[in-house]
Amino acid sequence: MSRESGAFGPFGGQFAPETLMPALAELDDAWTEARADPTFAANLDAMLRDYVGRETPLTYAERLSEQLGGAQIWLKREDLAHTGAHKINNALGQVLLAQRMGKPRIIAETGAGQHGVATATACARFGIECIVYMGEEDVRRQALNVFRMKLLGAEVVPVTSGARTLKDAINEAIRDWVTNVRNTHYLIGSAIGPHPYPVIVRELQSCIGREARDQLQEKIGKLPDVAVACVGGGSNAIGLFHPLIDDPVRLIGVEAAGEGLDARHAATLSAGAPGVLHGTRTYVLQDEHGQITEAHSISAGLDYPGVGPEHAWLMLTERAEYVSVTDDEALDGLKLLSETEGIIPALETAHAIAYAARIAPSMSSDEVILLGLSGRGDKDVEIVRDALAARGR
Amino acid sequence: MPELGQRYRAAFAASAERGDGPLLFPFLAAGFPTPAETPELVRAALRGGAAGFEIGVPFSDPLADGPVHQDAYNVALTAGATLETALDAVRVARAESPDAPLTLMGYLNPFLAHASSSDRSDRDPGSAVGEPLDALARRAAEAGVDGVIIVDLPVDESDAAREVLAGHGISLIYLLAPTSTPERIDAVARRASGFIYLLSLTGVTGARDQVARDLADFVGRVRARTDTPLAVGFGISRREHVVQVGTMVPAAIIGSALTATIASAPPGGRAAAVERYLEVVTGRRSETTGE
Repeated sequence: MSRESGAFGPFGGQFAPETLMPALAELDDAWTEARADPTFAANLDAMLRDYVGRETPLTYAERLSEQLGGAQIWLKREDLAHTGAHKINNALGQVLLAQRMGKPRIIAETGAGQHGVATATACARFGIECIVYMGEEDVRRQALNVFRMKLLGAEVVPVTSGARTLKDAINEAIRDWVTNVRNTHYLIGSAIGPHPYPVIVRELQSCIGREARDQLQEKIGKLPDVAVACVGGGSNAIGLFHPLIDDPVRLIGVEAAGEGLDARHAATLSAGAPGVLHGTRTYVLQDEHGQITEAHSISAGLDYPGVGPEHAWLMLTERAEYVSVTDDEALDGLKLLSETEGIIPALETAHAIAYAARIAPSMSSDEVILLGLSGRGDKDVEIVRDALAARGR
Repeated sequence: MPELGQRYRAAFAASAERGDGPLLFPFLAAGFPTPAETPELVRAALRGGAAGFEIGVPFSDPLADGPVHQDAYNVALTAGATLETALDAVRVARAESPDAPLTLMGYLNPFLAHASSSDRSDRDPGSAVGEPLDALARRAAEAGVDGVIIVDLPVDESDAAREVLAGHGISLIYLLAPTSTPERIDAVARRASGFIYLLSLTGVTGARDQVARDLADFVGRVRARTDTPLAVGFGISRREHVVQVGTMVPAAIIGSALTATIASAPPGGRAAAVERYLEVVTGRRSETTGE
């Protein structure tokens, strides 16, 4: 199977129940048609410009770079997109797609709540029914985002199975879709799931990397030496990486090492094994019997035992590197960016910051790190306060 | 090595000759509520009139299953159930009943994991899905498995797995749904052996009050495109459902209702509850009189 038909080397594919297969084919056709339709692109571009606020700025992190004393760090500011994270890029695109397909009902899963908020936002904008599945544990951790979704008119369904986090929310969303497939579009929030989702989400998020590449060329006339982004499912990372894939740029995805790779973590590429989860063949956290193990990260958005299949492929082909950062290091990263740049990042994003801070000092001042600042941290301040207090800081 | 689909063919032919259809294939979640109890539940179901089995392989993330089977799998996994528990159940059923068609049913990842080295780092990420199933297929065939249903392996991705299983005399049993297109029905029809499992409805597993109204239409659409025997499952829980399904296809599958029967029976009374329930849904015992 070629990459275009949905597989990334041995990864990707369509490992979904039969009931959903015609819907996946319908989605694939609709996406192919939409891509070829200039009106669709024009509508989406207009929404991204006038509603989301694209393009998002590229900010030179002057004090952060000086303090670390090495590479120049540039921040691609997805935190400044409407709703405060990159998730809106994908949500809007898929809502427009669902409208094309005549699907009056949209379901979504959410971990940290950012994708749920983005989906609820896009559905409110177009007057579409929206149901968001969210693990009960995440409902607790991200109460503010739950309330935001409700304000936006969405129904939030707490999921009580499994670890009650993102993985379980996806299971429940798929069960809803199996039941209501004829009138429902499942708006997956990351570059995961059966084909064509990983491709659709990548394409809708590639504005991140395209803009950043152009902006950097314009500002300093060069490409980055390194691009760094956090990876849970990996949508902001693939959006940043993909437009740079043919350039001589090191691509580094940062996973959540949680309490450490020898303890509870969510570092799927670093410590998982190939398997099949949620309709796609990719790396998966699992035991020797193929049971999916529970991921752990302080950041709900990275708390997922799978990863987008294209990342598995980029790792296998050694085009991208995947590293991991612990909860503690992420907290340090969050504080560092807050104090040096006046930007409180999301806990997810803080993982990328922590890794950039690790490598920047050993780089030279004419080298450039492009950092995907995937989201703002307002949603996380309570967790951060509690976590810092628990650590006596 | 038995001929592919031989036990299914023989069972359907014998049933047609007797004219007492449909055959009832209960679904039993292996290891629920404990691996130790599975053998006696298998024997009880056979006493109650089961013509064969779907033995469910527990999985942590059964995304096509409703709450009853999710809970059952969780309980089974907590009690230590593995794919080996399911193979044990097959061995018990095969020892009791040399001719009963026995089908493993599960999700892809545990099958793949079982097939690969116990050292996860040895797994070759480059091999096609299905290729690693050879070791599993050999052990399943030795246990007496006739067919394997893999819920999240649609026909589009199934050729490697089907060939590996067929090499050991095991049928890959395909699922079709009411949403399946004529093209997809044909793709399954070209590959099917044993039987084709029709999902009576669009939805997850779980008992429903009534058989789906458009089932006859769906069965007709599939029947027009294949001669492979058909079985209907999902949502079937009562004798009247079985009778109704029996007017359309030669076999019915009952899952969640049986699991719920086990779940609600007192410890020590589960085998009796299973036997009694099977007697009712096969028509051997009257539901109303409870004789």
